[in-house]
Amino acid sequence: MSGYLALSYLDVALAALFVLLTAAISLAARLGLEGRLILVSLRMVIQLLLVGLLLKFLFALSSPWPTLLAALFMLAMASREVRARQQRPLAGIRGYGLGATTMLTAGMLVTVVALTVQIRPDPWWAPRYALPLFGMILGNTMTGVSLALDGLHGALVRDRVAVEARLLLGHTRFRAVQPVLAGALRAGFTPILNAMAATGVISLPGMMTGQILAGVDPQEAVKYQLLIMFLIAGATGLGVLAAVWGSLLFLTDRRDRLCLERLAPAREGI
Amino acid sequence: MLVIEGLRSDLFGPVDLTVAAGECVAIEGPSGSGKTLFLRAVVDLDPNRGGVRLDGSRREAMPAWRWRRLVGMVPAESGWWADRVGAHFERPEMLPPLLETLGLPPESPEWEVARLSSGERHRLAIARALCLEPRALLLDEPTASLDPAATERVEGLLRRFMAAGGPVLLVTHDIGQARRLSARRLVMRRGRLGELREAAE
Repeated sequence: MSGYLALSYLDVALAALFVLLTAAISLAARLGLEGRLILVSLRMVIQLLLVGLLLKFLFALSSPWPTLLAALFMLAMASREVRARQQRPLAGIRGYGLGATTMLTAGMLVTVVALTVQIRPDPWWAPRYALPLFGMILGNTMTGVSLALDGLHGALVRDRVAVEARLLLGHTRFRAVQPVLAGALRAGFTPILNAMAATGVISLPGMMTGQILAGVDPQEAVKYQLLIMFLIAGATGLGVLAAVWGSLLFLTDRRDRLCLERLAPAREGI
Repeated sequence: MLVIEGLRSDLFGPVDLTVAAGECVAIEGPSGSGKTLFLRAVVDLDPNRGGVRLDGSRREAMPAWRWRRLVGMVPAESGWWADRVGAHFERPEMLPPLLETLGLPPESPEWEVARLSSGERHRLAIARALCLEPRALLLDEPTASLDPAATERVEGLLRRFMAAGGPVLLVTHDIGQARRLSARRLVMRRGRLGELREAAE
């Protein structure tokens, strides 16, 4: 780790000059992008400074309960995000609950196994390892679950007549939704499949790049990256499957009916 | 014989109705009066209460998918899920005579669904339901999108189904059709099924 080069805040500020240059061009050419660009940049600075402080605090505490609390807070934010990313989420508390349950089960399971079997820090829940790992797994699972649920619910609403035609022809609910289900699973799996396919050829993953910049041997960094990619893919896969199945069980019933009234009403606007 | 007892949901009913073997019952009534909801409830496609029996078998005694194979329903808007027509048919060997009766060419299973006219769609949807050999038939405006010649063919098919002892329940706005099928005519008003008063026509 001897190769680590520390940055000063001045270095960071200099890097922001290029963003300011973009904003200036936007202003001069009346492109109208500068306001949002600056706002988002400032927001990012505040968010990351705060998270840096918080992580430093949690690492210093190095105590299991605050670590668990932080993980649960991340889960709650992710559940909110999963619901917000769907045009027609499940109505009521299930709109949050479905994402939360599936991400908790898949994300926690994979994180705990990775910490106790493979990475094995001491103690196994050490926040320096547990929180970044859970964050990476959760973030990717969240993307997959929200895309899959958005695809599933959108397709059920759009193709209601076709699904009901199959029900009327004596198909069971599971057979009737088969084409819709396949599309939703594809939507949920696409980002992680694309990421796995492109990694190392088109893009160098952020975590691996980070480790290399911090002076870790590239081959060691690759091992870590492979581990993470498998964990992410596994958690995303389990989370997407569980979310889609759970949602289908809510949106159909034992008499092989489609119950789309259990979706939240369509939102105005976007 | 299709026996419906106290069938109701939040939006229609209760409805009591018996359609005898080989009988046709035609339901008329203004839009939004609950005719379609009533048909959907008979095949258990929406939550509902009450009893429905076909030839003595209660629908609750069997899974819903099996009930819907016995009581076939053709909705007003037909649904399609594959690109080719033929992929929607479970027993292709049943198809040729049905297509001929409905005035569709034998190569129509090769057609693309997206290029069907509304009349072709609807006739194919009727053929698709009949391929499963249901014992009772429910149709929601079966000939609304058809020209007179195609209408005649569909009615001929329904007459054959009735002659073989199948009960037929029909929602129609076409008074002539009810007469041509010698149907018993009923009217749905605000979710209640009643006898037709001729003066109300």
